[in-house]
Amino acid sequence: MFIINCPFCGKREQSEFKAGGEAHIVRPKQPTELSDDQWAEYLFMRKNIKGIQFERWNHAHGCRKWFNMVRDTSNDEIKAVYKMGEKPPTK
Amino acid sequence: MTKNLRVKSGKVIDETYRISFKFNGNTYYGFKGDTLSSALLANDVHLVGRSFKYHRPRGIMTAGSEEPNAIVQLHDKSSRTEPNVRATEVEIYEGLEASSQNCWPSVKFDIGGINNFLSPLIPAGFYYKTFMWPASFWEKYEYFIRKSAGLGKSPTEPDPDVYEHKYIHCDVLVIGSGISGIMAAKIAAKNGFKTLLVDEKPNLGGSTIYQNSDYFKINNQNSNSWLEKEINEIKKLENLEIKTRTSVAAYHGYNFLLARENLTDHLPIEQRKGKTRHRLLKIRANKVISATGSIERPMIFDNNDRPGILLSSAVKRYADLFGVACGEKCILFTNNDSAYETAISLIQKGINIEAIVDNREKVDSKLLYEVEKSNIKIFKGYTVTDTFGYKRINKISIKQLSKDGQKVVGSKISLTCDCLGVSGGWTPAVHLFTQSGGKLKFREDDQVFIPNTYPSDQISIGSCNGDFTLDEILINTPKSLKEFLNIKSTNYENLEVVSSINKSKRNIWLLPSDKVLGKTKSFVDYQNDATAKDIKLALREGFRSIEHVKRYTTTGMGTDQGKLGNMHALGIISETAGAKMGELGTTTFRPPYTPLTFGTIVGRNVGEYFDVIRKTPIHNWHEKNKAEFENVGQWKRAWYYPTENESMHQAVQRESKAARESAGILDASTLGKIDIQGTDASEFLNRVYTNAWSKLAVGKCRYGLMLNEDGMVYDDGVTTRLGENHYIMTTTTGGAANVMGKLEDYLQTEWPELDVYLTSVTDHFATVSVCGPNSKKILKKVIPDLDFSDENFPHMSFKNAKIGKINCRIMRISFTGEHSYEINIQANYGKSAWEKCMEAGKDYNITPYGTETMHLLRAEKGFIIVGQDTDATMTPIDLQMDWIVSKKKYDFIGKRSLYRSDTIKEDRKQLVGLLTEDPNEVLEEGAQIVADVNKSPIEMLGHITSSYYSPNLKKSIALGVVRGGKNMMGQKLIIPMEKKNINVTVADPVFLDKENKRLNA
Repeated sequence: MFIINCPFCGKREQSEFKAGGEAHIVRPKQPTELSDDQWAEYLFMRKNIKGIQFERWNHAHGCRKWFNMVRDTSNDEIKAVYKMGEKPPTK
Repeated sequence: MTKNLRVKSGKVIDETYRISFKFNGNTYYGFKGDTLSSALLANDVHLVGRSFKYHRPRGIMTAGSEEPNAIVQLHDKSSRTEPNVRATEVEIYEGLEASSQNCWPSVKFDIGGINNFLSPLIPAGFYYKTFMWPASFWEKYEYFIRKSAGLGKSPTEPDPDVYEHKYIHCDVLVIGSGISGIMAAKIAAKNGFKTLLVDEKPNLGGSTIYQNSDYFKINNQNSNSWLEKEINEIKKLENLEIKTRTSVAAYHGYNFLLARENLTDHLPIEQRKGKTRHRLLKIRANKVISATGSIERPMIFDNNDRPGILLSSAVKRYADLFGVACGEKCILFTNNDSAYETAISLIQKGINIEAIVDNREKVDSKLLYEVEKSNIKIFKGYTVTDTFGYKRINKISIKQLSKDGQKVVGSKISLTCDCLGVSGGWTPAVHLFTQSGGKLKFREDDQVFIPNTYPSDQISIGSCNGDFTLDEILINTPKSLKEFLNIKSTNYENLEVVSSINKSKRNIWLLPSDKVLGKTKSFVDYQNDATAKDIKLALREGFRSIEHVKRYTTTGMGTDQGKLGNMHALGIISETAGAKMGELGTTTFRPPYTPLTFGTIVGRNVGEYFDVIRKTPIHNWHEKNKAEFENVGQWKRAWYYPTENESMHQAVQRESKAARESAGILDASTLGKIDIQGTDASEFLNRVYTNAWSKLAVGKCRYGLMLNEDGMVYDDGVTTRLGENHYIMTTTTGGAANVMGKLEDYLQTEWPELDVYLTSVTDHFATVSVCGPNSKKILKKVIPDLDFSDENFPHMSFKNAKIGKINCRIMRISFTGEHSYEINIQANYGKSAWEKCMEAGKDYNITPYGTETMHLLRAEKGFIIVGQDTDATMTPIDLQMDWIVSKKKYDFIGKRSLYRSDTIKEDRKQLVGLLTEDPNEVLEEGAQIVADVNKSPIEMLGHITSSYYSPNLKKSIALGVVRGGKNMMGQKLIIPMEKKNINVTVADPVFLDKENKRLNA
């Protein structure tokens, strides 16, 4: 079980959090102008990487804030956490 | 006839305290401090069980948690019964009752033993291969296979014991209290680390605590006395907590570990009352030191499983710790020096050793020379080729090994014995280390896997790290701890160590025999009866991956998880397949290290504490009035209110008639309520619901449908505009938390620019719903000041009002199709509001109704229940609810998905009404809907989602989803049931009052 450093509350047990899938997938501003394929790309296609992955997490049993996390899925090492709207770390 | 094989007082035995216990119905005696296995061995009982597949007699093999054979049932047929308990771990107490498993009628005469003689017919994969054909017979085979399989019996009564969970946070966790663990705990605690030391055994000290000979010395004292002093010292340390009888079960990432602390299993049953039995410790440690030790390897030779064959280290442990001789004529069989340590202990205790068989040809060992002094015959360069004796070993055959160790040569020698101690070297106990994600490396010298890379802040020390000898441990442990704990010095730097062990080992994974392999039974996994032959068969049949060989042969898949034999399985695979051990890898070690009881896992979360139970503020009233309850999520909802002798059907018919004819009252407090405020609240609702919200006037209510981004119906409910920038949204009972989460998600991540605030207020309000033609009259009596005229208070509007002095919100909305009001009032006044309505409705036969009647009433009107009539594959179009999807709005959640190529298909499942040919025939919810029963296979068109007998319409009604159902109006379909086919006609899903006249009645 991870210890997650919530950007609002600090370090907490993983059981307080909910995972929310891949991060940085922006909802299209004009969905009606997209083809079926383009919409499907947004709706369904998600990466499942062995290695560095950008993820959304929610402190569901805490402050209820959503934030982003960079996690190495091969060993569950959390490389960074950052608030929604902030740029992902480059290194 | 039992013998007394207690030779000398053992280290942990209190001979002044005699304990009686029962094994297979016979009474035996042991002493305080004995384990079940030591006490049985002291009574010369070796045969304790039958093996899993061949039902071969099996005896005690080890003295620890790695035991594969001596697994017993405790207190059979009582509520405390427990199967698969290792006799080596049970501390005896007055009144203990244990019995053998997997045998019938008794362990001494077991019918299943015939499998042993049929064994050529049941090789690995036998069940897979044999019972495949004909496929339809599997159900018949399964009955018999299941009956004869399985170890032990599960309890049938509720567990009377109490269990609990506890969190522990520490700087340093030390697992294992052998010599290296004791040193580590002392160093850590003395340097200011808050330290926890755990050991699965009742006593500290590991195996060094009984290593009492002149050949192992620390600072001129025998190693056991030195260690004893250390233990006495650490017991005084303030920074150190010590927990014995505590077995670490799992080691997860981020140094999170689970351990089971056993608090009462060693006590007589009458002393356990009021005490917690097991405590599951959830340990979060900054640093973990694994000192889990090592497990002695058996050796793989023909018939290596007979009762009386033990690990050599176990023979020593029983002698030193418990003062028990495992036999009167012992033979030791070894490929390394450890067996000579055992021999020295046995000689000290006066236990007779017939001979020692050593694989090694030339050994220059001080221990061996010492043993030779006692005129014990040592066969160097020999191997055991076979053993004899059905229920107890009585003879072995030995032969000389060829130079390369691949063959046996020379003539056979027979030796009689009643105990064979086997030592195949040591395997580091790396189970927890690998569970944590650690990677192993293979050390060729002595053929062991040892820790290589650590995934978290942890270290392995002592023999689990491959340091098997006293000198290695005492030199390496302080060195690695200094670095690990970042400290300058320890008190262990200048120890004088004498360690006389010779480290040479002649490792042969599968010992040669004078028979062909097919004629031998050389067990690799004792508990699952997997032999070397089975492993070779698997390889011949094309299995290459060790994970596949494991599953095909079931090697390492017993309750002991192959702690003894897994290494040999790998060795045999590697030799046969010509692959290097290091490259082959190991199978995955999974938690728990030793089995946990279900009680330990669930802790206090049993009975009424299994899950949160939510009750409405009116719950007590329902209880008092004999309501039956149903679970809706965590909520207890009144289901129906039977009067005396009334069946559920009768109650529901009565309740629903009353609601339509006069007045009904429902507790709707469980509906989710979300308070929405902010200048962008209207815009927010526009985006999350399918219909338009900007034009909803203050004081009005509107029904809304919420979709997922994939266009499928997610939730529904009525939302009321309380003020310019203030709404209250209701959600389904079960969907409340998810809807709240989803709305928060969109607000925080997609639309942070919107000025909207969400507050869950589900528990803040009680909701009383009064419906029926007389509902208005009743409400008027409850709230005389309010103008209830249709002009002032029309359908789909809301009013602030007061019941007495208490503010409340009245919504005129309807889920039944009747004229109806919902009173929302501060939760603690809910019951009072309910009772006021009951009182006011007396003259109108106001009838409380539960969820079942609510479902029936709404089904008559064709109103959907999300989650019952929908299942995450239904769009609003599929539900024939096109009217609620705004064509004008540019966007809302799920809009784009409503015209994906898949969602616009004509032949999607669509919601329709269904009427049975026979109006009294009520369909079964979930039943299949077809058009043609003669076609094979029958094409499935859909299923029934809701079905009731309507007392108001005097006929059976149903809702269902049918492929292309929208265009099937009036068409005949068939519901094929087990005994008959039921004819139905597709109908409009609105069965009652299509014109909605009743809303204003």
